[in-house]
Amino acid sequence: MTNDGRNGEGGGTALLDVRDLKVEFRTRDGVAHAVNGVSYRVAPGETLAVLGESGSGKSVTAQAVMGILDSPPGRVTGGQVLFHGRDLLTLRREERRRIRGAKMAMIFQDALSALNPVLSVGAQLAEMFKVHEGTSRKEARGRAVELMERVGIPAARQRVGDYPHQFSGGMRQRIMIAMALALGPDLIIADEPTTALDVTVQAQVMDLLAELQRELTMGLILITHDLGVVADVADTIAVMYAGRIVETAPVHALYRVPAHPYTRGLLESIPRLDHKGRRLHAIKGLPPSLTAIPPGCPFHPRCPLAQDVCRTDPPPLYEAGPGRASACHFWKETLDGAR
Amino acid sequence: MPESYVPKEAIGHGDGGTAALAIGEAESLERRPSAAPPSAGPPGAPVGKPRSLWSDAWHDLRRNPVFVLSALVIVFLVVIAIWPQLIATGNPYRADLAKAQQGSQPGHPFGFDTQGRDVYTRVVYGARASITVGVCATTGAALLGSLLGGLAGFFGGWGDTLLSRLADIFFGIPVILGGLVFLSVVTSTTVWPVVGFIVLLGWPQVSRIARGSVVTAKQNDYVQAARALGAGNGRLLLRHIAPNAVAPVIVVATIALGTYIALEATLSYLGAGLKPPTVSWGIDISTASTYIRSAPHMLLWPAGALSITVLAFIMLGDAVRDALDPKLR
Repeated sequence: MTNDGRNGEGGGTALLDVRDLKVEFRTRDGVAHAVNGVSYRVAPGETLAVLGESGSGKSVTAQAVMGILDSPPGRVTGGQVLFHGRDLLTLRREERRRIRGAKMAMIFQDALSALNPVLSVGAQLAEMFKVHEGTSRKEARGRAVELMERVGIPAARQRVGDYPHQFSGGMRQRIMIAMALALGPDLIIADEPTTALDVTVQAQVMDLLAELQRELTMGLILITHDLGVVADVADTIAVMYAGRIVETAPVHALYRVPAHPYTRGLLESIPRLDHKGRRLHAIKGLPPSLTAIPPGCPFHPRCPLAQDVCRTDPPPLYEAGPGRASACHFWKETLDGAR
Repeated sequence: MPESYVPKEAIGHGDGGTAALAIGEAESLERRPSAAPPSAGPPGAPVGKPRSLWSDAWHDLRRNPVFVLSALVIVFLVVIAIWPQLIATGNPYRADLAKAQQGSQPGHPFGFDTQGRDVYTRVVYGARASITVGVCATTGAALLGSLLGGLAGFFGGWGDTLLSRLADIFFGIPVILGGLVFLSVVTSTTVWPVVGFIVLLGWPQVSRIARGSVVTAKQNDYVQAARALGAGNGRLLLRHIAPNAVAPVIVVATIALGTYIALEATLSYLGAGLKPPTVSWGIDISTASTYIRSAPHMLLWPAGALSITVLAFIMLGDAVRDALDPKLR
């Protein structure tokens, strides 16, 4: 096996170990390289935040891990997804289906569209038990009510027969969380779980998710583009750009000093109180098209530090301190420059 | 629709004077576990009642006079198709040549046809053939079409391509010409060859609609979500996609029913559809058309019955479409 070794052989503690994952989409404009060799690990009880702009491949990576890529046109072209040490990509379709929902579950961005409009929420919750455990209708309904109470839905017993559109956005997202938690999975992937919610509700939903995660020592992958959400709950951050991980670091280290110019650009583009009145920084240019990713470092056309080497040699992930790595030829300079 | 977005709790707690409820406030009420007991909605209050697409549609339909009228006509037609004796005591085959082509007279309101048979009795008995052909052909075409179209739309790939091209081929067959060619070689006098022929030509229309709406429904997030939570293909298709994709199929099928009845009459008129001794409006119209100048009543009554029947089904289809697809209004 050609493991790149940067994740080390750090023992069998990883719950999920994604190695060098590659995903392509066949489109009319050619092959879109959505994910180009992504590796990350999640331990039980750990929260990994995957950060990136739209189109950086963060959601596609998650879909490939879950095994719900739209294929065609999407296709996993390489890598491994080790879950409890077993490579999910080699499992038969039926075996994978049994793992989905029971051992690993997913929370979607917009709960209104992620819940079936013609089924009551109780029926959809009960379905989890019926599909995976063959529970009787009556018992499944009872457990659905328990779950709704668990995620803080008032008057759960009266509302179990209500339809998704009768709940508020925050309540719907709680129901999504309840569905994901129903069977006590070891890993939860939350794809922008709070993006569609009001700011006041965002914090409540994040708190609930973090609380349940602690209680059940689940691994959590939090996909987001919101740096504010990440800071409070994540242990580790992986920053993605053009289908690659450009930097991984413990959350506080990354906020203190980023080791990649892209991460620095992201952090500088957050409005800050102590910079009031000054012009807000923006990263110039646009993310590259996935059908035509620039050679060398994909970020070089937008990078203030770019040199000739960046245009030709794709940077490997350099070890840039304890528990952190950066895919930049000039990670040292970036670290120093930020200090 | 907008009123359903107001959380129940908010309504229960609106304490008179201060009507305005901030969004954040409504959310914080939800947060309190003890807040908003079921007293929020008194029994029968419109807010708390679960309203699905179907109950909304039924709610609309009951208030639509077009629907009520056409449904009444159709119920009446179905009843006399099953029990024609209820309103026609005569024998549709009994011929009294002495009375051939005579007009209306006591006991025989619609007069007599060329062979001296009672036109009223024949019109009543003719409903059976029309309704049988219409209902059976529609059911067959809808089942076959939605099965094939649904599977093609869900699985995609080469099967989808193959089926779509096959549907195109059947779509391209001219209905009348095809009917004349296929049905003229059939000797059976039952309705089944006609039903079979209409199903054969009718399924592609349904399968296109079913395929399209399954492809649309498949892309919904909740299908992806159900897959992510471990639902298999069968469950996805039957429980998550079918209920959200069936409405357009129902609409097409209801409208098609009327046109299938008209098609049966057309084929029978041309001598390729139903054959005597089956009593059919199409056959009677065909026979009577020769005498349209001398005895128009022989043509007008079965033609009128046919028109009313077709109109009733098409109007019903329109009303159902309006109710199930409010965007088209």
